[in-house]
Amino acid sequence: MSQRVLIDRRRMELTLLRLAHQLLEHHPRLAGCCMVGIQPRGVFLARRLRDVLARLYPDFELPYAELDVTFHRDDLRRSSTPIVPESTHVPPGFSTEDRVVVLVDDVLYTGRTVQAALSAILAFGRPRSTELLVLVDRRRKRELPIEAHYVGIAVDTLDHERVLVRWPDNPDETDLVVIQSQRHV
Amino acid sequence: MSEFRLSVRHLLGIKDLTEADLHAIFRTTREFAGILERPIKKVPSLRDFTVANLFFENSTRTRISFELAEKRLSADVINFSASGSSVSKGETLLDTVNNILAMKVDLVVIRHACPGAPHLLSRHIAAQIINAGDGAHEHPTQALLDCYTLLKHLGRIDGIRVGIVGDIRHSRVALSNILALKKLGAEVRVCGPPTLIPSTVTTLGVTVEPSLDRLLAWADAVNVLRIQLERQNIKYIPSLREYARHYGIDRDRIQKLDKQILILHPGPMNRGVEITSEVADSKQAVILDQVLNGVAVRMAVLYLLAGRS
Repeated sequence: MSQRVLIDRRRMELTLLRLAHQLLEHHPRLAGCCMVGIQPRGVFLARRLRDVLARLYPDFELPYAELDVTFHRDDLRRSSTPIVPESTHVPPGFSTEDRVVVLVDDVLYTGRTVQAALSAILAFGRPRSTELLVLVDRRRKRELPIEAHYVGIAVDTLDHERVLVRWPDNPDETDLVVIQSQRHV
Repeated sequence: MSEFRLSVRHLLGIKDLTEADLHAIFRTTREFAGILERPIKKVPSLRDFTVANLFFENSTRTRISFELAEKRLSADVINFSASGSSVSKGETLLDTVNNILAMKVDLVVIRHACPGAPHLLSRHIAAQIINAGDGAHEHPTQALLDCYTLLKHLGRIDGIRVGIVGDIRHSRVALSNILALKKLGAEVRVCGPPTLIPSTVTTLGVTVEPSLDRLLAWADAVNVLRIQLERQNIKYIPSLREYARHYGIDRDRIQKLDKQILILHPGPMNRGVEITSEVADSKQAVILDQVLNGVAVRMAVLYLLAGRS
């Protein structure tokens, strides 16, 4: 199995900084915004971004929730392995009503998870607008008309390749975004 | 978002479930319980799914709970109750069900007075089946919601002490609860009039405790069963007053204890017989929480079974 590294630890720091600043560029002081991390893996990116924002601008407030969209997926009866959900953590009083919702996920691929998330967040109010932030955009693989507003890195991949984002709990380990080829080339 | 499949295609009884199945159901239940707290309590998971609720025996809470669970999951629902149907014209169970299935139903929720009726159906029809109570045999979703309620209030089930009080002989709730609690590692003791405790009950790994006071002193939680007046063709107990005196849970018994125990009741309650109003309405009783959890548990079961269709 061959492996290609897209983002190493050093670049990850830069990418997170850039994404944080792009958010601020569009939404000064993050006024009227809230962030929603998509379970299971989008929440790691969302938590990192919040850390970066809190370090740079400690007095900016950004309501935050972690959302599992499993029950809103359209493939329950089609996938061979039904999915037991991860936890949804929505703080009491969290509302998307009239806010700019920034959905955060690690990899944008077919767009179906994002579609489920768009359906799921309606349970918390009617957002003024909804934006999408992803670490990796696998281009030209979409099955739905969905695009991200903020992209860490855009890549072109083949069908037999997988994009893996590693978020080690151990701070000494290296964060990595890699493409793995399932086929020996 | 773990990849997990239930080990069964139908929910006929707790007997067929593995411990992993039970934990997956509880994990999914917790998420659905969260959804039931939201302003919009509905998800689209089962929007292409049709469920028939076939109740050949009376029920209020279970039927409403299933119907609400199905609707919260966006399934299409048809309801059937035996009274006023062609069953009274002599139609067999299989014919009735096959006629309903001809209308393209994916899953059948069935309650029937005959033990094994859901099992019979599962061998003859293509749809998935959930047992909502078959005679004195099993009532799996009740046991699941009781266990989930214990888990929620006590934080764990492994190692806890649960007493079950009342008519063990006729109770499907008792059997399903015993099976589930033992699979999850709880200690179980049963208590009731000797005529209402089958001699074989110890083969399930439970102990018989003749004294209610000793049971209460031992237990972390008790599940108080209803005296099933409709299943008492033979007199198993001399009178309800005598039953209430020996096996009824009242304030004095609870106040004698040096600890708080959790009190469950599957309903409907005979107030003043197996439980007094003072106890039933006290903070220790989680009876209405059981009802609330019932909807979330049934949503979890429907959702996980639909993923196996």
